[in-house]
Amino acid sequence: MARISLKVNGTPRVVETDPSTPLLYVLRDDLGLNGPKFGCGLSQCGACTVLMDGNTARSCTIPVSAARNRSITTLEGLGSVAHPHWLQKAFIEEQAAQCGYCMNGIILTAKVLLDKNPNPTDAEIKRALDSNLCRCGSHLRVVRAIKRAAREKA
Amino acid sequence: MEVKTISRREYLKSTGALIVSFSFSGPVSRAFAQAATPAGTEPDATSLDSWLAVSADGSVTVFTSKVDLGTGVITALAQIVAEELDVAFKQIKMDVGDTAKTIDQFSTVGSRTIERGGPQLRQAAAAARMELLKLASTRLETSVEKLRVSDGIVSVTGSPEKKISYGDLVGGRRFNTKITATGTGWDLKVAPEVRAKDPKEYRIVGTSVPRTDLPPKFTGEFTYSQDVRIPGMLHGRVVRPPVVNSKPRSVDENSIKTISGVVKIVQEGNFLGVVAETEWAAIQAARALKVTWSAPTTKLPANPDELYAYLKNTKSFREQVATDKGNPDGAISQASKKFEATYRWPFQLHGMIGPSCAVADVQGDKATIWTGTQGPFRTRKSVADLLGLPENNIRVIYCEGSGCYGRLSTDDAPEDAALMSRAVGKPVRVQWMREDEHGWEPKGPAQLMTVRAGVDAEGKITAWDFMDRSFPWTESQGNPLLASKQTGLKSGGQGNSNGTGGGGDIYAFENQKIVAAGIPWMHPDPTPLRTSNLRAPGELARCFASESFMDEIASSQGVDPVEFRLKYLSGNKRATEALLAATKKAEWKERASPAATPSASKVTGRGVAMGNRGNTITAAVAEVEVDKSNGRVAVKRITMAHDCGLIVNPDGLKNQIEGNIIQGVSRTLMEEVQFDANGVKNLDWASYPIITFGEIPDVEIVLINRPEMPALGGGEPSIVVVPPAIANAIFDAIGIRLREIPLTPQRILGALKV
Repeated sequence: MARISLKVNGTPRVVETDPSTPLLYVLRDDLGLNGPKFGCGLSQCGACTVLMDGNTARSCTIPVSAARNRSITTLEGLGSVAHPHWLQKAFIEEQAAQCGYCMNGIILTAKVLLDKNPNPTDAEIKRALDSNLCRCGSHLRVVRAIKRAAREKA
Repeated sequence: MEVKTISRREYLKSTGALIVSFSFSGPVSRAFAQAATPAGTEPDATSLDSWLAVSADGSVTVFTSKVDLGTGVITALAQIVAEELDVAFKQIKMDVGDTAKTIDQFSTVGSRTIERGGPQLRQAAAAARMELLKLASTRLETSVEKLRVSDGIVSVTGSPEKKISYGDLVGGRRFNTKITATGTGWDLKVAPEVRAKDPKEYRIVGTSVPRTDLPPKFTGEFTYSQDVRIPGMLHGRVVRPPVVNSKPRSVDENSIKTISGVVKIVQEGNFLGVVAETEWAAIQAARALKVTWSAPTTKLPANPDELYAYLKNTKSFREQVATDKGNPDGAISQASKKFEATYRWPFQLHGMIGPSCAVADVQGDKATIWTGTQGPFRTRKSVADLLGLPENNIRVIYCEGSGCYGRLSTDDAPEDAALMSRAVGKPVRVQWMREDEHGWEPKGPAQLMTVRAGVDAEGKITAWDFMDRSFPWTESQGNPLLASKQTGLKSGGQGNSNGTGGGGDIYAFENQKIVAAGIPWMHPDPTPLRTSNLRAPGELARCFASESFMDEIASSQGVDPVEFRLKYLSGNKRATEALLAATKKAEWKERASPAATPSASKVTGRGVAMGNRGNTITAAVAEVEVDKSNGRVAVKRITMAHDCGLIVNPDGLKNQIEGNIIQGVSRTLMEEVQFDANGVKNLDWASYPIITFGEIPDVEIVLINRPEMPALGGGEPSIVVVPPAIANAIFDAIGIRLREIPLTPQRILGALKV
């Protein structure tokens, strides 16, 4: 067991845990953040995605010790139903999900894309999301939502 | 409308801790329920109060065992109730899938929720409206005929100042009204004698009301079954056999001694699991636990050829005749031209992105289960049988899980969680790991279809003989699930049929026979190739076979495939209109397939297919590009015409159709469960690839609304036409007929080389 300091959604947090624990379980079970989801535990599907220092990271395979003192953003860190982030607003407008289980990873990956490329083409959006799996088939709506977000933010 | 969930915000506020606090006093207490059903009684379908309750603020809570699997169907059901009651949509609260509060309307399966569950709720709402008008008539001292309702306010026609709200009429009190209810499950008929609203007056049904479940799904505030936390909860993981089922001969407890936080190794018969204080400890322990497994008693076919040979040569235990008209054998023998072809469909995964997960709290002779099951009452029965408890000692509370496409009608995780919770006396959350889900989810069955036809001198099909040889669903209702089997419960039978539709039943031929044969798939032990209903069960395969075969005959005659189909749709107005709508939208150019084969390395083609599932008609046009140098198929566009009668929510329906198309492309081009004699080989997404963003086609949808018809299902019917439309488009492009799914680059390259 070790005491590990994290910065999550702008707030310093200290957890006492086995340092080999993947970040995902610390966020979910110790900090009660349900945005990141367990999908595969293999970095294959993207459901567990978080932002670490502004880049996407797959929290199911990153030990919490490697996240020490890094700035972590989860889906909750973007906005809420009461105060949605502009990107979340665009997803609501486009009704861009079915079950929504993969949306955590998709929205955070889109956030990084739009931070770097505020006006992406369809092909650029698809390339950015190519490692995020969605089984319900919401892909077309997701692309539309990201384009809407880019448009309405501009 | 709001769906009752436990939001994280709520629990953070209420407990200040990281634990969901459920405020009911015991596992089956209804104190928490606030249902109109009095404590200590089971909801009764003939009591209006079992279906809905009106609060003092005028909001209406609807109790239904139909659940939302991510399809938006609960929003659509709320629209139906709001419409019938004449209340604003936002006044409807949906309390779904709690066995303590709802009537068993059967599992949410088979695209039947709008078709069957819709009228049940609509009629209950119509009966409630009638009661409310009677009460208003007394209070406002006028006849019921003179009353009108708008947004839950009853007023007197001509005297709008005389009015009273639903909330004031009955708010917070029971109706205490009996209604008629006959039959059970999805055949339950609720208050059929009550006249419902004329669809011409609909204002809410037919509009694209946004789904209320979506905003919290985009912010992390939605509580999925995976997010449920109960005070004192521990974490469990299952330890399944590495190969086709074998038994744990010995378990070395010392092998996990160094992992701190392990609470217990749970063994019940051949079921094995580990309970720990944290998820990570449970995961590590389940992986590290040293188990000596016995040699398996079950051997699977070693490869696909052995599998299809088994399907071909094994005597069926059941033959279901879907269509039997005239004498196809005789007509084929006399035909001027005979056709015959065989098509193969592999085992496929449901492939939930979030693996199975449930929380169980077994306390003495009572248990509470939180899970994403498609059938709360089915899960209640399976857990009751497993634990040896009466059904009404078990309460199942639905919490939406990951999209499941049929997988959670056989909801395994509650059984695992119940066994582990009973063993440790505390609530236990179990989530399957990825390899558990890929390895042990019940698969969509493999199928082998043979079609024969006879054509006369004028080129007309005079005889059609379709035979589907398919495994049943070994995990059918009544048959024990995985943990139950491991503890020694035996299957009662071979299992339900994998369906019969899609074998050419949309066409009228003089002599026509369509048969679905069930091939035995019972094993003494549970196998990883256990089977269950996968979205539009069996129908993708049958439609792939029948619609490919239609194309083969059309091509042999040099006839345009649309023109060819129209000849056999005569008299079927809806099918004809759907086919014409899809081809018009796709700007279909009339000509025979294949296209003149260009010498270019990239060639394009288009294909068409028709479907009819549950009386919903679909027609699709696929446009593909095939790269002959590497065998890769890019599906460029799918155009879908869709007729499911009255449309309740157009955008919700489009969302479903887009999903069907995309999942259909994936299942057509890339999905096949790999196995050998020992078990399943693809245990992750790398070895069982599904479609990615870069492979998504453009989609065009034509919705055909028929307000004069009942509302039918939209969750499955559009997926069935996707495989044949693509296969026909590939044929059009390369002139080669592919009869085995998936249509992988290897298969296409192989065919090109022949």
